[in-house]
Amino acid sequence: MRLELHIWRQAGPKARGRFVTYPLDGVSEHMSFLEMLDHLNQQLIARGEEPVAFEHDCREGICGSCGVVINGQAHGPLPGTTCCQLHMRHFADGDVLFIEPWRARAFPVLKDLVVDRSAFDRIIQAGGYISTRTGSAPEANAIPVAKSAAELAMDAAACIGCGACVAACPNGAAMLFVAAKITHLGVLPQGQPERLRRARAMVAQMERELFGGCSNARECEAVCPKNISIATIARLNRDFLKASLSA
Amino acid sequence: MKLDAHIPSGPLDTCWTRHKDSLPLLSPANKAKRTLIVVGTGLAGASAAASLAELGYTVHAFCYQDSARRAHSIAAQGGINAAKNYANDGDSVWRLFYETIKGGDFRAREANVYRLAEVSGAIIDQCVAQGVPFAREYGGGLANRSFGGALVSRTFYARGQTGQQLLLGAYSALARQVAAGKVLMHPRTEMLDLVVVDGHARGIVTRDLVTGRIELWAGDAVLLCTGGYSNVFYLSTNAKGCNATAIWRAHRRGAGFANPCFTQIHPTCIPQAGEYQSKLTLMSESLRNDGRVWVPRRAGDTRPASAIPEEERDYYLERMYPSYGNLTPRDVASRAAKRMCDEGRGVGPGGRGVFLDLTGAVRTQGRAVIEERYGNLFEMYQRITGEDPYEVPMRIYPAPHYTMGGLWVDYNLMSTIPGLFVLGEANFSDHGANRLGASALMQGLADGYFIAPYTVTGYLASTRLAPVSTDHQAFRAAQAEVEERTRRLVSLSGPRSVDELHRELGSVMWNLCGMSRTAAGLRQAMERIAELRQRFWQEVRVPGGAEDLNQELEKAGRVVDYLELADLMCRDALAREESCGGHFREEYQTPDGEARRDDEHFAHVAVWEWSGDEQPPRRHTEPLSFANVQLTTRSYA
Ligand SMILES: Cc1cc2nc3c(=O)[nH]c(=O)nc-3n(C[C@H](O)[C@H](O)[C@H](O)COP(=O)(O)OP(=O)(O)OC[C@H]3O[C@@H](n4cnc5c(N)ncnc54)[C@H](O)[C@@H]3O)c2cc1C
Ligand code: FES
Repeated sequence: MRLELHIWRQAGPKARGRFVTYPLDGVSEHMSFLEMLDHLNQQLIARGEEPVAFEHDCREGICGSCGVVINGQAHGPLPGTTCCQLHMRHFADGDVLFIEPWRARAFPVLKDLVVDRSAFDRIIQAGGYISTRTGSAPEANAIPVAKSAAELAMDAAACIGCGACVAACPNGAAMLFVAAKITHLGVLPQGQPERLRRARAMVAQMERELFGGCSNARECEAVCPKNISIATIARLNRDFLKASLSA
Repeated sequence: MKLDAHIPSGPLDTCWTRHKDSLPLLSPANKAKRTLIVVGTGLAGASAAASLAELGYTVHAFCYQDSARRAHSIAAQGGINAAKNYANDGDSVWRLFYETIKGGDFRAREANVYRLAEVSGAIIDQCVAQGVPFAREYGGGLANRSFGGALVSRTFYARGQTGQQLLLGAYSALARQVAAGKVLMHPRTEMLDLVVVDGHARGIVTRDLVTGRIELWAGDAVLLCTGGYSNVFYLSTNAKGCNATAIWRAHRRGAGFANPCFTQIHPTCIPQAGEYQSKLTLMSESLRNDGRVWVPRRAGDTRPASAIPEEERDYYLERMYPSYGNLTPRDVASRAAKRMCDEGRGVGPGGRGVFLDLTGAVRTQGRAVIEERYGNLFEMYQRITGEDPYEVPMRIYPAPHYTMGGLWVDYNLMSTIPGLFVLGEANFSDHGANRLGASALMQGLADGYFIAPYTVTGYLASTRLAPVSTDHQAFRAAQAEVEERTRRLVSLSGPRSVDELHRELGSVMWNLCGMSRTAAGLRQAMERIAELRQRFWQEVRVPGGAEDLNQELEKAGRVVDYLELADLMCRDALAREESCGGHFREEYQTPDGEARRDDEHFAHVAVWEWSGDEQPPRRHTEPLSFANVQLTTRSYA
């Protein structure tokens, strides 16, 4: 099939970007979205142009590297799907696609479709862990965990840190990302001792970065490739409130 | 090249304890003064960096992704082994040890493998304490399953995302140390060379992948935890960025490379669909627990699966290997699939595929049960192929997946360069000629959490190292070389892309140094690789410059190293005149087509020494002695 691509090109963090139009032929419906971009890049290289920079690694929806906005939707039209897992059979011959990077103040563009998401790492560093030293752990089955709690934790822990939630949020908030970690650790018995401190520290770091506030737009949940529920945000708010009261 | 494995003498089951007790220690004050360089933040690197930082060292950690959380370990699906015997089905440290040694076709060291089994339980304890949400039973205890050819249930898992959850656990421990100021994390930074000063590994040269800046880092020891090299085949189950550059550059600086030809071709991957394909996707082999593998009895049968009646199906694994059936080890299952397709009984486009059928399990156990077990895998399959595995059998074909070969290390995980440690998939140590399922995660975390922290300390406490700065001549020289190589690469302006050449290399390796190998084929591969190496510098184009984010430049550097490594893999495969594990030489097989090992001549590790660009590498051997297990013919029949 044939597509008309409008891709955001930006030479560097300080450069001005713009959409550039690329007609693209010979797209197979079995290609993944990223393979379609590969296909374009091979043609650009052959013409002596610079290929489009985009982030990717595992190409199976788990590393969280990839992520672009396709016609206004983070990761494109298919729910619960990263763009490396999105196949071209979901598009039609003649489609016009606008492809741009995550847009958020906290995620500055580095080049073309690549953004800087290091703010996420700093939020985890602020408290997204259970403090345990190597070698000091008790026997694993000494800490029974209800199956339901383990399942709930796993639902939240499935977050791949791609940043789609931030890109989709009208305020550029990181609530779903933070809430997923708070929920994962907060529903497990191991996570209790640091629960309130964790909520306080992660939220404080989130506020130090350039993320916006949550106004319940629910866009984050709609684009999350791992279907993380905004119920996690209620949990975050509860923990944060408790933490503020006990501070 | 001196190859002393430093295996403690005495009984196997107390080796590690005695060794730990004999390793010298460093005072906390002394540790605080030492700087360690950890390259890679996958399971091996993140666990090592975090644990060493907890001990008080200052750690510089590097990865090429934008975050430490994205290392390729994240993609592991199936699970992690541990000899906990929670299932009460007769598991033990001994059994895990024995099965790993046997699964590796008796080409690994007894002492290393025993230690791996011994620390396996502590890994699970550690991960649970970090909050890894392993699957649970209703009573709150941990759930187990049997995996990848094991007769006991010793595999721990977190849905189909075990690697992700273990890595996030290690990443969180790392993050905690970053916050404490003990780990200085350098993401988007690629190691391009190792610096050796007075015979000791003392630093690395890196390129900042955003600014292009070449930087120098000095330390008291270097730990390479940079993963495997399956991408030498271009198409593999590995992430696109996985590379051999770090270990290959270290090899060129004097680190011996062990068993480079031992690569694992995984039996259950989604077959290639087209020329544009950029990677192959693994379907976890846990599917083989409930799935049955089959092909049509008759060659050239192109009917859809549903139209092929039961009696015209050949459940060939169950037929050939009745006691293990669909759970035969990976190397055996892969070769059997190839054989079926070679006989013309393959299914799907091009006839390169076999059925992995769970539709029967859906019927007998119910959709809900199967969905709970494999829901995310089914979804993944459907996304890629557009077919629904609840209704029609999946099609699978083998694909390059894991590399058992890697840098040679002794019992302390130290390479032939003092001060250079190698952990995880990047080393060669524990899996012999074939790795069993769910044991790479175990090995990566064993190395990082429980072995390196002791042995690195032992090294530092027993070695006098002069202070060294990046002004040292060895650093400057390595930097100049890296800069020169980078300049050469960005100046390439031929007609073809890096990927095109890489694909060519991949097809040479897949066809001639893949699932089955012959002397003539390997010689031919070496000729073609030599030709590709020349053509690379004439034909490739690298657009863009060296001073900013340039993904083509990154790829080009990696392919240059793969082209050299590919040659070594073929040499190693040629020199190993036997079949064992994943290394199958057609000349050495039994009348019924099984691997024929030659313990008399090849019960050793082959270790290659770099001899410069002009000279062929030299082959050394480390004999393997088996005092505790009896060498048997691996039989799964
Ligand atoms: C799809 C898939 C599924 C798997 N499933 C299982 C399973 O169920 N059970 C199991 O036991 N094993 C499994 N494996 C194998 C296992 O995942 C890997 O062997 C293991 O995770 C490797 O861990 P590692 O820490 O050694 O390396 P990796 O996780 O590959 O990490 C390598 C690190 O090195 C860094 N790096 C690499 N090169 C450089 C460089 N030049 N400069 C700077 N940094 C660099 C990377 O950024 C990364 O941080 C699977 C593998 C695949 C591909
Ligand atoms: S490339 Fe890893 S999630 Fe898309």
